[in-house]
Amino acid sequence: MKKRKFMLSKGGKDFIASIIAIAAGLLIGLIILLFSNSKQAFPAFGMILKGGFTDGLVGIAQVFYLSTPIILTGLSVGFAFKTGLFNIGSSGQFTCGAFAAVYIGVKWTFLPGEIHWVVALIGALIAGALWGMVPGILKAVANVNEVITSIMMNYIGMYLVNILIVKYVYDPIKSQSVPVAKTAIIPKAGLDKLFQSNNINISIFIAILAVIVIYIVLNKTTFGFELKACGLSPDASRYAGINAKRNIILSMTIAGALSGLGGGLLYLAGSGKYMQVLDVLAPQGFNGISVALLGMSNPIGILFAGLFIGHITVGGNNIQLYDFVPEIVDIIIATIIYFGAFALLIKSIIGKIRRKPSETAPVKEEK
Amino acid sequence: MDILYFIVQQTMFFAIPLLIVALGGMFSERSGVVNIALEGIMVMGGFFGIGFIHIFESRMSGQLLLLLALLVAAISGGIFSLLHAFASINLKADQTISGTALNLFAPAFVVFVARMLQGVQQIQFKDTFHMNKVPFLGDIPFIGPLLFRNAYITTYIGLGIAIVAGIVINKTKFGLRLRACGEHPQAADSVGINVYKIRYAGVVISGALAGIGGLVFIVPTSTNFNASVAGYGFLALAVLIFGQWRTNKIIAAAFFFGIMKTFASAYSVVPVLKTLPISTEVYKMIPYIATLVILAFSSRNSQAPKAEGIPYDKGSR
Repeated sequence: MKKRKFMLSKGGKDFIASIIAIAAGLLIGLIILLFSNSKQAFPAFGMILKGGFTDGLVGIAQVFYLSTPIILTGLSVGFAFKTGLFNIGSSGQFTCGAFAAVYIGVKWTFLPGEIHWVVALIGALIAGALWGMVPGILKAVANVNEVITSIMMNYIGMYLVNILIVKYVYDPIKSQSVPVAKTAIIPKAGLDKLFQSNNINISIFIAILAVIVIYIVLNKTTFGFELKACGLSPDASRYAGINAKRNIILSMTIAGALSGLGGGLLYLAGSGKYMQVLDVLAPQGFNGISVALLGMSNPIGILFAGLFIGHITVGGNNIQLYDFVPEIVDIIIATIIYFGAFALLIKSIIGKIRRKPSETAPVKEEK
Repeated sequence: MDILYFIVQQTMFFAIPLLIVALGGMFSERSGVVNIALEGIMVMGGFFGIGFIHIFESRMSGQLLLLLALLVAAISGGIFSLLHAFASINLKADQTISGTALNLFAPAFVVFVARMLQGVQQIQFKDTFHMNKVPFLGDIPFIGPLLFRNAYITTYIGLGIAIVAGIVINKTKFGLRLRACGEHPQAADSVGINVYKIRYAGVVISGALAGIGGLVFIVPTSTNFNASVAGYGFLALAVLIFGQWRTNKIIAAAFFFGIMKTFASAYSVVPVLKTLPISTEVYKMIPYIATLVILAFSSRNSQAPKAEGIPYDKGSR
């Protein structure tokens, strides 16, 4: 009866609920494809499913490249979720982190080559942390809703970084940031030769490391337990003597650091991506919300959710061969998240099917 | 004096859409449903409204076309918001997740449809709605140039919506019931109010208003719709929270933000500001920084509806 036990465990139910949501999202995607062009729908759908596997190792490298930043923003949003906070400000934290990394990468060439990129990434981490800390402090000290402050910080960060780019690292001819020094580019460690792609480097491993660290913090430490307790019941945790205010600030700071690191990893990848001066919020922040929701705020889930979204994004780009618009992938992801919102319902149905009637008890939900 | 007129006229273009959408959000949240999907609903309303104008502008023009397009925007916003209502009311889903899904879905859907139908995602339209001067009213000294020149009919519709919304939520039986469902749904249910129905009404009203807001945002500021409302839905959410979920305060917050936005985009016409050595980007940051600072001092007693975000379960009464 091992299988049944898995189905009834919390992780098992989460997993099944996710699979159902993903199936529903793909089905809606297929229906939309059929509506717009029934002849090409099935080959195009196959291409979405094949995703990163279409072009062999190059495609997989592309999946890693797209996934790495959104795994980190996803981790950022998911971490805040676990502590009862909605970090919609991942976008601004990401941008600030990216700028810090680029600035250090361009200007701090006095650093020895081996540690230049490490310092740049640490800079990204700190910049993101500072940006995330502000909503945390305002929430803890002045009871300001973190959603609205995060949104404000997104725009302030975007405009501030636009000013700083033009002031310090601007290439007016190409109207973008100047390239970072070679020593600031994240090492490829031979992966570029292995995958035959210039877009890959060790940053996917840094992302995985971050996932593991956050997993351990949340699940194996007292600090993580306190954070989750604050998220589940602020009143009860205050009664238990947990310093809720300190935890709110720390939680948002760590969330910001993760997003900032994501920005650093993307712009130090040495793949020809530069910072532009545009009045547009970084989409990686909002994709991070998708990733966190899809991964049910579980670090391991977020890792796979990020890879999955990277995978079907590559597939979505490929379906342009069949004259389809890549946005179909966003529709699929949106549908998956919409159905993911029913997780509670799906889980309680699983519970009802799998339990004997006499065992039926209300399914407790952990957010 | 001309500068003052110009600033007020510009402020309207920024403040009115925020006002309409934030009031929409108020109806949803006061009924107990968090509506973070305002941005997505605005995109949907803008898309169908502009699409309608695009199709029919060869046959008609001017205010009638705009009014019909507003109706289309309201209906499409209302229908789209049903997805959120269904998820958060019937299925007791997490309202943040459902709202995020809608925000993600709308632009993708809009780009997909536009590009499938016409090859490009931008939808062009001719601005036949601009009014240089409202007849008669535009001639009133001071008030005329201030409010009735260089204007769009949407400004007056927006102000009308604000008045009606204030009356509906504060003075009518429906408003009382709506507020009850957001504060204490169990109590409302115990006196025979159908919480589900009221919440549906709240969400659909918010959808209709957000749909209108999407169109109202695009018409004065652009001549093509590019599948985006530039984050105005999120700003409206900020205005809603800033305005403490109360009609009067929301109106004040929307105009505060509108004035700040106007300074950010039009500071160069104000001679004193133009001579200051401050870059455009700094002015653009001001509205957001000002909001942060004010919130820091004013949020101690948040008046958020108590049952906001909590799915109502008859069984838990």
